[in-house]
Amino acid sequence: MISYQIKENPTVYDAIVVGSGAGGGMAGYVLANAGLKVLMLEAGPFFDPAKDALQLRWPWESPRRGAGTVRPFGDFDAAYGGWELDGEPYTRAAGTEFEWFRARMLGGRTNHWGRISLRMGPDDFRPKDGITDAWPITYEEVKPYYDRVDRMIGIYGTVEGLPNEPDGIFLKPPKPRLNELYIKRGAQKAGVPVIAGRGAVLTEAAPEVEGRGTCFYCGQCGRSCRVYGDFSSSSCLVMPAMKTGNLTVVDNAMVREVLTNDEGLATGVSYVNTQDLQEYTVKGKVVILGASACESARLLLNSKSASHPGGLANSTGLVGRYLHDSTGASAGGFLPQLLDRKRYNEDGVGSVHIYSPWWGDNSKLNFPRGYHIEYGGGLHMPSYGFLNWVPKVNHLVPTADGQSREQGGYGTSLKADYRRYYGANVGMAGRGTALARYDNYCEIDPTRVDKYGIPVLRFHYKWANEEVEQAKHMQETFKEILHEMGAVVTSPMPGPETLYGLEAPGKIIHEGGTTRMGDDPKKSVLNRWCQAHDCRNLFVVDAGPFVQQGDKNLTWTILALSMRTSEYILKERNKLNI
Amino acid sequence: MNRRDSIKALGLAAAGGALLLESCGPDTKTKKETATGGEKLAGVTEQEHRRNQQLAAERFFTDHELATIAVLADIIIPADEVSGSATDAGVPDFIEFIVKDIPDHQTPMRGGLKWLDVQSQRRYGQVFIKCGEKQRLELVDKIAYPAKAKPETAQGVAFFSLMRDLTASGFFTSEIGVKDIGYVGNRPGVWDGVPEDLLQAHGFSDGWG
Repeated sequence: MISYQIKENPTVYDAIVVGSGAGGGMAGYVLANAGLKVLMLEAGPFFDPAKDALQLRWPWESPRRGAGTVRPFGDFDAAYGGWELDGEPYTRAAGTEFEWFRARMLGGRTNHWGRISLRMGPDDFRPKDGITDAWPITYEEVKPYYDRVDRMIGIYGTVEGLPNEPDGIFLKPPKPRLNELYIKRGAQKAGVPVIAGRGAVLTEAAPEVEGRGTCFYCGQCGRSCRVYGDFSSSSCLVMPAMKTGNLTVVDNAMVREVLTNDEGLATGVSYVNTQDLQEYTVKGKVVILGASACESARLLLNSKSASHPGGLANSTGLVGRYLHDSTGASAGGFLPQLLDRKRYNEDGVGSVHIYSPWWGDNSKLNFPRGYHIEYGGGLHMPSYGFLNWVPKVNHLVPTADGQSREQGGYGTSLKADYRRYYGANVGMAGRGTALARYDNYCEIDPTRVDKYGIPVLRFHYKWANEEVEQAKHMQETFKEILHEMGAVVTSPMPGPETLYGLEAPGKIIHEGGTTRMGDDPKKSVLNRWCQAHDCRNLFVVDAGPFVQQGDKNLTWTILALSMRTSEYILKERNKLNI
Repeated sequence: MNRRDSIKALGLAAAGGALLLESCGPDTKTKKETATGGEKLAGVTEQEHRRNQQLAAERFFTDHELATIAVLADIIIPADEVSGSATDAGVPDFIEFIVKDIPDHQTPMRGGLKWLDVQSQRRYGQVFIKCGEKQRLELVDKIAYPAKAKPETAQGVAFFSLMRDLTASGFFTSEIGVKDIGYVGNRPGVWDGVPEDLLQAHGFSDGWG
């Protein structure tokens, strides 16, 4: 029998952290290590990659052979969650799109992410084109934190000296696979640079990293790592922070709202246990939100009180505004030079071995900013659907003994074709800057609640010409690269009717901007320390504070900013300001 | 921890590590696990496991449909000098599971099988699996080659493409199929780039191209 009485925890924590992903994990780590008593609330279950990773499983150990029916990125992917969660809906305003990926688990989406770890550059913080607002902080101010994240967590890469693609403190990068050598050669002919990837994987022992194993090259970072050879917030931040004895983690705790007092200061949060539906309140001197950009915005908007009638930290009405994801489009083909290729183990690391940082000159282009390109293909572990492309293209190249083939087929000749084409595929995907716009936003849907009775988000998001033109440019570039490497293009060349294959907003899972920072309290939700203008003991440490992300995947910047904010909290505590 | 320690730690880590040390089990294991939804692996949620078991306990195809699927699967992937056939690898059991898992496949599969029997009945006076090999292949030839198939067989072509994809998925993700396709990864090792002989054969001067 459920008690309907709300259980009040009498402890007053020094800090309450909502969410255990990159932002929440780092805040918990820094504060617990500084001796603060920290409570971390996670909506999903506890997850330890050492025990719960489906790493090194074979495809036949899944009855659906790794298909994406239950987990969108396949049965072995580490994320508990997806684009749609039972009983936790979200809605979209008519004529707009947004896809929202949520992982409910300790460590959140860091358990399955691509580990691609790029720093934003000087121009990303302070754009020279004036098209989007500048951040209140510069690259130089964030650089020391990036450096410390590099050393603390470990990242591989190469020092390149590129102007807006800052170098880090790198471990040795993995060498390219065979198809990647072809890509590199082809891209260079097409005028597109290719450099070593930058990924949060321990390719060698790192001096400042303890308690984690070195990568053994199974290429399965997406399943999370049993030896903690890559970065997950669960393995690298939260569990080490628990070992200090200062961090308490409550899992299956869905936060309902941030509680405030008459002065408008945060006093704690209320949450519901997702397993037995018991309601709780807990008290904290500081509340830190790291629930993900949209979830943190939702929480603020749902935290209404007499002192914060429009939602907490929302006197400007800007919470939820400036929502932006990355752009994404892709193309693929196969390399006739790799047909009947010699087999070898090229699993490598589960992050990227190579990538193309943005190279374009915007003065000669009809869109602002740019994108980077990630590459794929090769002799991957078999899984559901991985050879479906073969019978569609097996007529395009003569057989080894010069015979022509009909498309499709069956029998021993088809069986031979599957072997012949396996591993000859190549793919490429652009990830670019989508502009942060006031008119792209999430808000509380006035009529809908989730299964816990918490009002849900309604999204309003439309692509504009800048993103569409960028996607067009991606497709033209992909085609050129594929041509220059001698590949047969098998993906259709999408036209304006599909926005050149531009993925729906949200699909790249880089959403940010919903609680943006700024020096002007009228134009931003948070100050330059990610502290709410309206509530000095409230902080946000996910991608919500991003004024405008570059084409650089978010995680490394979330980690650096969360570390910076957490140390600011420690300083302000010492000064008795919070 | 260096790489050797990582691998040692893995060896001690219960299931995942132990798997590395096991040789490939008998093929019947593949069939049985697919049919039962398999054991619950660590990291699979209770809810996910229940769903697998429920799907495995349900039955979608009739005996006749499954028998037809078996015949078609072995036409698509027969045994050859390298490996066994689709049915050797448990493909019909996999297809039975996957259409329950992905219900969008159900009507195209059921209707496609029926389409095939109707065509067979008209042409040879009996259902597909009662026909001799020559007649079966005559019919399959009409739907196995999208570019040269007649327009009136378009539905059959669509069905055969789906059947072909499911067969290839089931076969090449089985133990037999993974060995056949020559995937040699999924084990701890060291990656130091493309081996020298391959670099040379493909005209690359060094591991960075």
